[in-house]
Amino acid sequence: MSELLLILGPLGAAIGAACWPDERTRPWFLPVTGLVHALIAFGLLLWPPATPFHAWLGYDPLARAVLPAVSLLFLACAAYGVPYLRLRAERPNRLFVASFLAGLGLLSAAHMARHLGVLWIAAEAVTLACVPLLHFNNTPRAFEATWKYLLVGGTGIALSLLGSFCLGYASLHGGGAGDLTFTALMAQGPGLSRPWVLIAWVLLVVGYGTKMGLAPMHTWKPDAYGEAPGIVGAMLAGGVTTVAFTAVLRVRAVVQAAGAGVVADRTLLAMGLFSMLLAALFLLSTRDFKRMLAYSSVEHMGILSLGAALGGPGLWAAFFHVWNNSLTKGALFLTAGNLRRAAGGRTLDEVRGLSLLTPRSAMLFVAGLLAVTACPPFGPFFSELLILKRALAAGPPWVAGAFLGCLLLAFLGLTRLVFAVVDGRPPKAARPMDPRFRETVAILLPPLGLLLLALGIGLATPEVLREAWTAALRQLAPTP
Amino acid sequence: MNQGLNLLVGLAMGLNLVALGTGRLPSLIRLAAWQGVVLGLMPLVIEAEWRVMTFVVATATVVMKGLVIPALLRRAMRTANIDRDLDPLIGYLPSLLLGAAGMIGAVAVAQRMPLLPEHHESLLVAGALASVFSGLLLLLGRAKAISQVCGYLILENGIYLFGLLLIHSTPLLVEGGILLDLTVAVFVIGIIVDRIQRAFDTLDTRKLTVLRE
Repeated sequence: MSELLLILGPLGAAIGAACWPDERTRPWFLPVTGLVHALIAFGLLLWPPATPFHAWLGYDPLARAVLPAVSLLFLACAAYGVPYLRLRAERPNRLFVASFLAGLGLLSAAHMARHLGVLWIAAEAVTLACVPLLHFNNTPRAFEATWKYLLVGGTGIALSLLGSFCLGYASLHGGGAGDLTFTALMAQGPGLSRPWVLIAWVLLVVGYGTKMGLAPMHTWKPDAYGEAPGIVGAMLAGGVTTVAFTAVLRVRAVVQAAGAGVVADRTLLAMGLFSMLLAALFLLSTRDFKRMLAYSSVEHMGILSLGAALGGPGLWAAFFHVWNNSLTKGALFLTAGNLRRAAGGRTLDEVRGLSLLTPRSAMLFVAGLLAVTACPPFGPFFSELLILKRALAAGPPWVAGAFLGCLLLAFLGLTRLVFAVVDGRPPKAARPMDPRFRETVAILLPPLGLLLLALGIGLATPEVLREAWTAALRQLAPTP
Repeated sequence: MNQGLNLLVGLAMGLNLVALGTGRLPSLIRLAAWQGVVLGLMPLVIEAEWRVMTFVVATATVVMKGLVIPALLRRAMRTANIDRDLDPLIGYLPSLLLGAAGMIGAVAVAQRMPLLPEHHESLLVAGALASVFSGLLLLLGRAKAISQVCGYLILENGIYLFGLLLIHSTPLLVEGGILLDLTVAVFVIGIIVDRIQRAFDTLDTRKLTVLRE
């Protein structure tokens, strides 16, 4: 039953935070909940619970393979949230803290959802819980970003619901008894009505792909990530995208069991490479370092999708990459928040010489850049290497070539922008630094911790994680 | 039973076309509300024997789609004090023609899809596809934020129509969760519309162009 605590704990904490009377002490709800959540998630990683076949919610191998990464990311964001909300003492934080905690509970629920309908409900509730977080800054730009997020995201929500219904009808038409758990759907396998399965796949991949941010459904991402506070951007890029990816994987397993796995893999391959290419091109032209992180996220979603399309060891590497993506994106978004606050701007035109203004954050940002562009010995290097190896072994040769080309372009785009803002002298006419801003340990430690974890997971991947990813692989593609 | 249901689905499809042709915001909101009421009545026609949960779902749908959401939109419209004309990006006549073409296409597609014997005579699939198409058309073809929300409502109504095919197999708990999610979604959208109006002094989404590459 302890796995249900992962959902109910944060939701209860959200209610508690909403009722808590004191603005100054309320942010402490975040790290306390995050710590308890992480302890339970890792406890369950080490001692996995048994999941009944027809359970609607369960800490099954797939949830076990990725949820602890999201939990770690949340813990770091929550630890950063306390000093962040102290800096933003002028804004009431009741809604923010409550939504952030509720978001964690719903994220856990969506990871653990084993029922088509429950997955949709939880995943969409996550989307809605993020809305108050996105416009926390209360600026017109933030509202514009929120509106685009709602409009594009809402259409994605609607299409994934239609897709869920279509998959349900595929089961019904194939003589199913109306059990819409993923295990039951996979067991029905070839009995599912093929035309309906294909329609469902298209709608679901577009719907959940919108939330993941796969091109061409990524249009909300740069705006939302650019305007949201750093900790929100980190959770969106490392947590919400992960949920959407697991949703796509659960659906793909059903489609594969229905005998249309080749079609599914081709879709994922095309969308993955397209996302990588588009992101790389935008990375070469953008002038805003927070929007840059959004395009980098689109690129990494492309990598995940490509890994999943290649199957077998590729999918295993994609699980590895989920962890790397969560850890490095978290570190980058948190330090980007520091830099933006110190520099008072986010574009090349306003910001230069950050290595003089905020030396420690700038150093972390450069280290994060090296991690996210897959420089050894950070984790992303190893996961991307494994995907490349799989692409060379299983895919046509041009796939590996395109993969490497996009990575190279993205590397050029990212380094161009990062070194332009870090190097040089601060512009003379720069706005004076926020007087309350200091590079304290409290705002440096969370991103540093995430980066060290990304380094550690690359140098010595723990055996328990390897085993968890293998188990998730077995769950998604059971050998007959 | 099928006759009554088909009558209601036909009514909903007709409302789609009227919504595409209308040029006034209040009437667009009213049409979306009426469509919601029509949809809410459908579970009562489908079920052979009435159970308590059927009544609950039907009542909740009628109240939410027919009363609460339109009231929210009307409030936003009044406080925003916006011009009642719709400013189409796609003109009314082209919208109507596209909508009609979409309807014919929907019927043609629905005929080709493999359906269970009890759904052969039903217009549900065709109605669902037509509503989804009309909703998307309104979403893309109207500039005002509130009219886009109406488009979203009609899109959602189409999905609800499709969901009725599964009414016997999906647990009502799931149906209830879906209804709750969608209601919260529209509620949140309503709040954001209000904030946008205050921040930008307009609800014309063409003016939301600060953020771009």
